[in-house]
Amino acid sequence: MTDIIVGVLALFGTLFVFFAAVGMLRMRDTYLRISVTTKAATLGIGLLLVAGAVHSYELAITAKVFVIILFLFLTAPVSAHLIGRTSYFSGVKLWKNSVMDDMEGKYNPETEELGSGLEDEPKNSDLGKTAED
Amino acid sequence: MTLLDFIYYFVLPVLSISIILIFIRFLIGPKMVDRIIALDLIVTTGIGFISAYSILYNQPTLLDVAMILALIAFLGTIAFTYYIQQKNKP
Repeated sequence: MTDIIVGVLALFGTLFVFFAAVGMLRMRDTYLRISVTTKAATLGIGLLLVAGAVHSYELAITAKVFVIILFLFLTAPVSAHLIGRTSYFSGVKLWKNSVMDDMEGKYNPETEELGSGLEDEPKNSDLGKTAED
Repeated sequence: MTLLDFIYYFVLPVLSISIILIFIRFLIGPKMVDRIIALDLIVTTGIGFISAYSILYNQPTLLDVAMILALIAFLGTIAFTYYIQQKNKP
C-alpha cells in the first residue's frame, strides 16, 4: 500500500517537473518562463520530496522534508519577483502577443524612477476638502 | 513492477530528459536572465534527483544535501540578479 502511494506521488512529481522543462523550452518570453519555473517546479519537487518522506516513514525525515518544502515555497516567489524586476529594468521585451503590461509608462529608464501611475490624479485629502465645502 | 523498478525505469530517465531540455534553454537563452532561470530550474530538478535516489537506495540522509542545494539555488539567483542590476546602472 505504501509503495502504491509513493509511486503515485513520484509519478505526478516527475510529470510536473517534465512539464516545467518542456514549458521552459517552448515558452516565448522571459516572463512566461518565470511563471513556468516557479509554479510547476515547486509543485513537482514538493511531490517528489513527499514521496521520499512517505517511503522512509520516520518523524525526523518528515520534518526535514517539511522544512525543505517550506523553504522552496518561501523562496520561489521572492526569486521570481527579483528576476522579473531585473529583466524588466534591463529592457527585456514582452512577447508580441502579450496583451497586458502593467508597468507601461510607470518606469523611466533614463532616471531609473519608478512611479505608481497615479501622480496626476487628485489626492484623497483634496477630495475630502472639496466635499466638505 | 515494484516501486524500485518504477523509480529506476521511469522517474530517473524522465528527470534526466527534463534536465537535458532545460540545459538546451540554458545554452540558447537569448538573454542572461533566461540563463539564470534555467540554472535555477536545473538545481531545483537536482533536488528531485536526490529525493528519487534516497527512495531508491533507502538512504534518507541524502536529503540533507537537498536542503543545502535549495539554499544555494536561492542565493545564486539573488546574487546574479543583484549583479545584473548593478551592471545596468550607468
